[in-house]
Amino acid sequence: MTLWATTRIAIRALRVNKLRSALTMLGIVIGVGAVITMVAVGAGAQARVAEQIQSLGSNMIVVLSGSVTSGGVRLGSGSQQTLTEDDAWAIQREIPLVEAAAPTVRGGSQVVYGNMNWGTSIQGVTPEYFGARDWQVISGRLLTQEDVDGATKSALLGQTVTFNLFADSDPVGQVIRIKNVPFTVVGVLDRKGQTTYGQDQDDTVIIPLSTAKKKVIGASQANAKAVGSISVKVREARFMSAAEDEIRGLLRQRHRLQTYQDDDFWIRNLAEVLESQEASSRVLTILLAAIASVSLLVGGIGIMNIMLVSVTERTREIGLRMAVGARGRDILTQFLVEAVTLSLIGGVIGIGLGLLGTYAIAHFAEWRTLVDPRSIVVAFAFAAAVGIFFGFYPARKAAGLDPIEALRYE
Amino acid sequence: MADLLIETDRLVKDYHLGTRRVHALRGVSVSVHAGEFLAVMGPSGSGKSTFMNLLGCLDTPTAGRYRLDGVDVSAMKPDELAHIRNQKIGFVFQTFNLLARTTALENVELPLLYSQTAARDRRDRAHAKLAAVGLSEREHHHPAQLSGGQQQRVAIARALINEPVLILADEPTGALDTRTSVEIMALFQDLNRDGITVVVVTHEPDVARYAGRVLSFRDGLVTKDEPQTDLVDARRLLATLPHDYEQDEEETP
Repeated sequence: MTLWATTRIAIRALRVNKLRSALTMLGIVIGVGAVITMVAVGAGAQARVAEQIQSLGSNMIVVLSGSVTSGGVRLGSGSQQTLTEDDAWAIQREIPLVEAAAPTVRGGSQVVYGNMNWGTSIQGVTPEYFGARDWQVISGRLLTQEDVDGATKSALLGQTVTFNLFADSDPVGQVIRIKNVPFTVVGVLDRKGQTTYGQDQDDTVIIPLSTAKKKVIGASQANAKAVGSISVKVREARFMSAAEDEIRGLLRQRHRLQTYQDDDFWIRNLAEVLESQEASSRVLTILLAAIASVSLLVGGIGIMNIMLVSVTERTREIGLRMAVGARGRDILTQFLVEAVTLSLIGGVIGIGLGLLGTYAIAHFAEWRTLVDPRSIVVAFAFAAAVGIFFGFYPARKAAGLDPIEALRYE
Repeated sequence: MADLLIETDRLVKDYHLGTRRVHALRGVSVSVHAGEFLAVMGPSGSGKSTFMNLLGCLDTPTAGRYRLDGVDVSAMKPDELAHIRNQKIGFVFQTFNLLARTTALENVELPLLYSQTAARDRRDRAHAKLAAVGLSEREHHHPAQLSGGQQQRVAIARALINEPVLILADEPTGALDTRTSVEIMALFQDLNRDGITVVVVTHEPDVARYAGRVLSFRDGLVTKDEPQTDLVDARRLLATLPHDYEQDEEETP
């Protein structure tokens, strides 16, 4: 008998008990749907983390000014600018693992354009910053060494600032005022999105480091070269922790810290934080998929249950088929195909339900979801495997019946 | 002999019922020629059903040999027996054993599903056999929409579909009224006249009267094996029976 003929017989047998078949299928439908939805939710979370790593700039280490112990009083982090521009140049020059080190000062201010104003963060940077952060302009140009050397009043705007001050018009060439100092907008930065902590990276205005110190943020009285942080780009991801150690060593040496003294700076390897987040979201995905798989397993048990009932109910039919020439394997195939048909139809409906569920979650809960085509293939194959696995025992039971007994069965 | 269709040699069949051993057949040697009409009689427990199961290749003997159509089938494996049943034997049961919710035509086709027959061919042959038993008009009816006699005729058409050498009928009229029973027996006699060997298992002497040879079983042995002395022609008997209004449409061709 051809597989197609067997399948037709199976579909007919399933249609005899429509409600029963539908309920049995439901187990598989929910199982497959749950696997697809849960994997999509997990993959969405992973993609989000991956994007954050991307937006941070790859292989980024941030060195922040740290706490200072002064006369037994430990001041909090950032209370004093312990880092200097020279620290940044030293890092860049003396640590070969480092590709670029960009000193940065940061402050906050109201930015005014025409009758619009917007409170945002002001960052003073050197050209190395853009390389370290992998940050490009979408119009205009980046800041150059000449801007820093000449302390020009040039500014780059983040997307959020651009939107709030200029709405849809092009800001390049326009003049904005920061703390009453007029700045010419030379470029608009590409979108970066939020950091892991939910901070909007696009809500910023970037100006030359020198200008920031002289005109906007102001320089420390103690040290004109002090900066708030240094963004460091390491050459390769695998050198991250080595670079971190070398930076620490170098800075401790430069700051003349004794072994008993704490670091007066903080090194933040944000990629590492994100990577651990990614790992945990990957674990979450696996966990979700595993829980969803359990429902697929339960659906399979439902199939087995109903197939056992079916074999018992149709004992006489089996006996008759054997009497007219069906071999054991013909009967086995028939019931196996029936079970697999149930699970495959359930699988197809489940895929539909899974995609719908994914869409609903993305739409109503506004969670990031990502449907991986592989998860559909895997869920479908798993459904088929469940059909074969749980259909096999009832089918073998049917095939093993004695035709005489089966014909006599009441 | 060349035309010996059934040849059993001291067939023995034992069953185990718990720890007890039941001797269902204790050495049965029977020869049946092609074209015979044989009735197998005996009370329940006489071994006639066991004999029938062995003849039908549904079971294998504990000892002894059975040759069907020149082939020794007594030591065959289940799959080989299934093939023999499919090709050489047509079964007719007391309770018809038709598949519910399946049309008459598809019921008749069933054995062909297990003999690699093309769909078109299956349909044509089922068509022809249903016509042969006078049910062309009922091809697309389900068993539930047919009378008992009609159902049994569908079953007979199914038994004939693979052109078997042997028709085995187990109490074929057990569930039918008198007139319908005679009609069914008339059908068997027609088939037998066309050359098909028919074996009918029954405990009703009335049914045995249509067979040319009667085999009686008791306690697992053949006690009598004699030609029918009082052979009845079912078709002539039918002419004398009053017509039942319900059965009018069932006139055999």
